[in-house]
Amino acid sequence: MKTMVMRLASFKDQDSRRLHVAPSTATGPSAGAYENVFELKGTSVFYGDFRAVREIDLEIAEKRITAFIGPSGCGKTTVLRCLNRMNDLVESARIEGSIRYRGIDLYDRAVDAVEVRRRIGMVFQRPNPFPKSIFDNIAFGPKIGGFKGNMSDLVEESLTKAALWDEVKDRLSESAMGLSGGQQQRLCIARCIAVHPDVILMDEPCSALDPIATGRIEDLMAELKEEYTIIIVTHNMQQAARVSDMTAFFTTEVLEDQDRRAGILVEHAPTEQIFTTPSDQRTEHYVTGRFG
Amino acid sequence: MATTPSDLVRLQLKGSKRLTWRTWGFELILLLTLLISLAALVTLLADVFQKGIPVFQERGDGFLRDPLSSLASRAGVYQGIVGSLLLLLFVAVIAGPIGIGAAIYLEEYAPDTRFTRFINVNIRNLAGVPSVVYGLLGLALFVRLLAGATGGRSVMSAGLTLGILVLPIVIITSAEALRAVPNSIREAGYGVGATKWEVIRSHVLPSAAPGILTGSVLSLSRALGETAPLILVGAVTGFLATGQQSFVETLQGRFTALPMIIFNWARQPSADFRESTAAAIIVLLFIILTANAASIILRNRYERKW
Amino acid sequence: MGVEKIANGTLTLGDLRSDPKRHRKESLIRSLFKAAATLSVVVSLLIVVALVGPAFEFITSVDPSALWTNGWFPRRGAFDVRTIFVGTMLVTGIAFVVGAPLGLGVAVYLSEFARPKARRILKPSLEVLAGIPSVVFGYFALTWISPHIVNRFFPGSSNFNLLAAGIAVGLLITPLIASVAEDALRSVPLHLREASYGLGAHKRTTTMKVVFPAAISGIMAAFIVGLSRAIGETMVVAIASGASGGSLLQLDPRQPGQTMTAAMASLAAGTDQVKGADLAFPSLFFVGFLLFVITFALNLGSARLVRKYRRSY
Repeated sequence: MKTMVMRLASFKDQDSRRLHVAPSTATGPSAGAYENVFELKGTSVFYGDFRAVREIDLEIAEKRITAFIGPSGCGKTTVLRCLNRMNDLVESARIEGSIRYRGIDLYDRAVDAVEVRRRIGMVFQRPNPFPKSIFDNIAFGPKIGGFKGNMSDLVEESLTKAALWDEVKDRLSESAMGLSGGQQQRLCIARCIAVHPDVILMDEPCSALDPIATGRIEDLMAELKEEYTIIIVTHNMQQAARVSDMTAFFTTEVLEDQDRRAGILVEHAPTEQIFTTPSDQRTEHYVTGRFG
Repeated sequence: MATTPSDLVRLQLKGSKRLTWRTWGFELILLLTLLISLAALVTLLADVFQKGIPVFQERGDGFLRDPLSSLASRAGVYQGIVGSLLLLLFVAVIAGPIGIGAAIYLEEYAPDTRFTRFINVNIRNLAGVPSVVYGLLGLALFVRLLAGATGGRSVMSAGLTLGILVLPIVIITSAEALRAVPNSIREAGYGVGATKWEVIRSHVLPSAAPGILTGSVLSLSRALGETAPLILVGAVTGFLATGQQSFVETLQGRFTALPMIIFNWARQPSADFRESTAAAIIVLLFIILTANAASIILRNRYERKW
Repeated sequence: MGVEKIANGTLTLGDLRSDPKRHRKESLIRSLFKAAATLSVVVSLLIVVALVGPAFEFITSVDPSALWTNGWFPRRGAFDVRTIFVGTMLVTGIAFVVGAPLGLGVAVYLSEFARPKARRILKPSLEVLAGIPSVVFGYFALTWISPHIVNRFFPGSSNFNLLAAGIAVGLLITPLIASVAEDALRSVPLHLREASYGLGAHKRTTTMKVVFPAAISGIMAAFIVGLSRAIGETMVVAIASGASGGSLLQLDPRQPGQTMTAAMASLAAGTDQVKGADLAFPSLFFVGFLLFVITFALNLGSARLVRKYRRSY
């Protein structure tokens, strides 16, 4: 792991926010061409007239866990929610610049947000299972997606991948609301996986959970990354350090003309580098706890 | 004479006697208003029961099965019950789907524009319009203008009028029930790639169903007790032919309803109808209060605790 | 589902387009619901249109002297609007004097003083009172309030009188005022009360000097809602006030009288038909129009007040 990081570092641009990965030096678990799953260029997010996030340039690599870290209010969740068009639900939200998903402009007029969300799934901060049975929770997504195969098998597969099958296999018809917080969140992950997405976005998935449940989900993420590209927003720096391959550090900058602050991307690099030899001083201050 | 600080504090903590009396007196006055209101309720119910129960004791359920008559001892409320049920049918069919549909639009689909706010204000105003005025609307629109379709002064006209009267209430209560569904459920649905209608149909509506149902039942019992629109639209004290005609003809024909019967009997100068009126009131109150109680109990049972 | 195409290496814009069939279904459903919501606007328009036409016809065809003669006898051509207007004012006034203190007192008690156990009994009782139809109140006014209260304190009153009707309407609007006022009182934030107690104030002082003023716009809204309901109430007067068809202008609530609403009901109920032949029929719509305008204005006012207190918290 460390070798790869140092080799990648040697290819780093002067502009510390961009990272080019040369295929031939890749030695990770899935060698081969890394396609950029997401490309953000000059992306700004507005709520009405207020620019909440300013000009992000970011590339997310495939089958990696990327962590978004930074202090509160710096726009990490805002950016995350733009990646699956969840921000469409906020009436005043709009973006400038571009967000490309595997080369396609995500905000092209022809693109249907519903189709986007089938491929880019999301796990939310507070577990939000449907007030239905465990089985129906998992089955909902595939059913509306037109799944015609064996639903029981799919439910079992999803729950197994989410490390929840053994705990609930005998009570699939019981209400999901009866599960503990950690179990509910794993259920939400299983629900997300059931539609066979390409990407899983996680918005502080462990913030409402106790340490043991958190640990289980972090273990789960390490397994999931073999199949899915994962982007996780987290307040917990140690979690980012434990779990992610790449880290993007966001912060806020004060706008001279307005009272409010806008979020910006400071640095995006392999996790080890962010935490040991960050390029930007603001990053260093954050990860060493000078502010947060 | 207090000299030490602790003496002063002790004095202050004991409190001024006058002040405590005032507070007690205040609470007593408030309690009095409550008691007067409850006493009024109890007196009303007791009076009605006292006058009306003998009728049931004498005639049993004959009172419910006999048709109208000019003799108090023979008059029954059967036609009123049938008429009221037919009216309820109309109200349910009209105010239900339209009211819930409008609420769904306003809570789930409508953008925050002036037009949407206009609709909301409009609905709230409609909820405050007196029932006589709705009766006027029914008279002008259904009895006169659309007489060909409704048959003029008929069950249909009255039913449609009551449906419109109750519509704002259904919309308001359904909208409240929809608003109470937490947004996290909707987000979860969108998150797995569901469309708006799929989210509403599969998750929002089922969760809001108890509240919507309660609101609908309360609206129905409100419609059951309305009299003024019926007078305006032409409910009669006369007979309602039951049995020989087709269902549509019944709907287009003359009719009466429970509250109408109560109204007419209450105005009779002769004293023997006093008891019959009270008995009819018992029937009406029984239906209304059981329906209300049932809907609230059902809602409390099925309401999900978030 | 999603991932197969990506594994093959190609994802095109077309894959992210919406399914046309699904899209059409979504649009259709949205339009249906929107139509239902727009229907409410249509109803309002219909009411205005239905009233304005005949009301206008009435006011332009009627002999102005008929509007000022003593007494409301529409079938005889006497359209003294004052009579029924005064009747409405009397009944509404009495109802307010009865209902406002009762409703407010109940609201304050439930909101500030009642223990949870008491609330659990009292609130449903209020809801029962609120569910009783107005015909029943009319019957109660005629057969109980009139003999036992009106004639006890004012012997010699007629059997049918406006006072009994007014008291009954007052009882009728009590739960309404109570519920709106209680809503306003409960929405006063807890920390205001805590601040007052923290300074050593008693409950009465806190309630009267802190909570009440904070909720004043909501309480006024409650009063206006009650007024509006009282003005629009028909059946109580129709039963208990006895003036079917006509009435002389008079100011004594111990005698029978006529309100705008009950006049409309009498006009429609008196004989079997409401003919369009004479001016009696359009007069019905004229009175209805007046009624609609008055209650509409009151409701707008109370809605504005409710918005005011909701917004400040």
